[in-house]
Amino acid sequence: MEDLSFRHPVRSRADGARRSAIIGVVASGNLEVLVERVLPDAECAIEIRTVAVGFGDVWSAVIGDFVERYSPGGLKFSINDGGARPDTVSLRLAQAVRLIAENGQ
Amino acid sequence: MIAPLKDITPAERARSTSFNEASARTRLELLLDAGSFVEFIGPEQREVSPHLKIFDLPEQFDDGIVVGRGNLDGSPVFVAAQEGRFMGGAFGEVHGAKLTGLLRAARQIGSIPVLILFDTGGVRLQEANAGELAIAEIMRAVMEARSAGVKVIGLIGGRSGCYGGGGLIAGCCSALAVSEPGRIAVSGPEVIETNRGVEEFDSRDRALVWRTMGGKHRRLLGAADVFADDNVQDFREAARELLRLVGPFSLDRLRAEQERLAQRLRRFGACEDAVDIWTEEGIPDAETVPELPADQFVALANRIGRTSRDAR
Repeated sequence: MEDLSFRHPVRSRADGARRSAIIGVVASGNLEVLVERVLPDAECAIEIRTVAVGFGDVWSAVIGDFVERYSPGGLKFSINDGGARPDTVSLRLAQAVRLIAENGQ
Repeated sequence: MIAPLKDITPAERARSTSFNEASARTRLELLLDAGSFVEFIGPEQREVSPHLKIFDLPEQFDDGIVVGRGNLDGSPVFVAAQEGRFMGGAFGEVHGAKLTGLLRAARQIGSIPVLILFDTGGVRLQEANAGELAIAEIMRAVMEARSAGVKVIGLIGGRSGCYGGGGLIAGCCSALAVSEPGRIAVSGPEVIETNRGVEEFDSRDRALVWRTMGGKHRRLLGAADVFADDNVQDFREAARELLRLVGPFSLDRLRAEQERLAQRLRRFGACEDAVDIWTEEGIPDAETVPELPADQFVALANRIGRTSRDAR
């Protein structure tokens, strides 16, 4: 297992009022993303626990791209990864941002 | 043109969503009245397994089970849904404790039924005794809840089926609904083959696995009272029907269940294959049962299949 942690300054606050949301499953080639609205509006953080050791550069690129595209201000993402490919990671992160932007608790 | 999502009613969405393929959370969202689900000990509380990190294995924030409350047609229900894709939906210490706690709450309140959406290969072997103990605690909690007047309904249609200790817990429930891809047993195909040899059970023979452990056979034998088509709406309707059908639980009922099972064993104990049992039950062309579409099978099962309605 490897733990990775990223923090990024962001342009704007993420949409919605929901406090948290979760998407995905920890399984081979899949991951879960728990997203929580717990940070100041101009920050975002991503904490990763992954079974695939040694892919920090790939994670860094995927997350840099995600933050640039979605501007997830105020959100903290906690990821349990079962060895997902970068496209699956991007998809789950996008789903998490969309879910927390919905109405609800 | 495809209608925008917002124009689809929840029932239509539930009808077009495969129960087998949906995640535990999606199953609950579509099984219950829209927006009524409230989770207990949600993933943000991070009540993860204390054992998996010892094996350098990944954790899941909900430990593979979602528990909470919601409404079914406006009436409150407690629900638990296992995520069969996380470690095969296996019972670990925390996973099991969440279900035990839910059942104990139901017992204390007495009037709110419990729906358990099984999707499990059994005990999480990395958690060894903690997982085995969880099964025993849950079985006791099911029986205590039922003794207090709570209906405990099992819904089985997930990819991991309902095996091992999950099969034992299902056997304790007031009633079960099952779909074709759902399987109910204690020892799984590979366990039987490993222990008794390929002549006894060929785990790679998919047709054999399904006609021995699959939903259709379980329905015809009376282990499950309702056969559901593989979509969430059908399971919702099955749960409704079972909540209506289940009678009060008592010692007499348990004795009737014992008699039902003894009779079943006397009648079919010598059968070599499920097809022999179906033939013995008077089903014409019994070997065609696995191919029957859900609606035709339901009609057959209602005509011929047994139920446990006077027992359980």
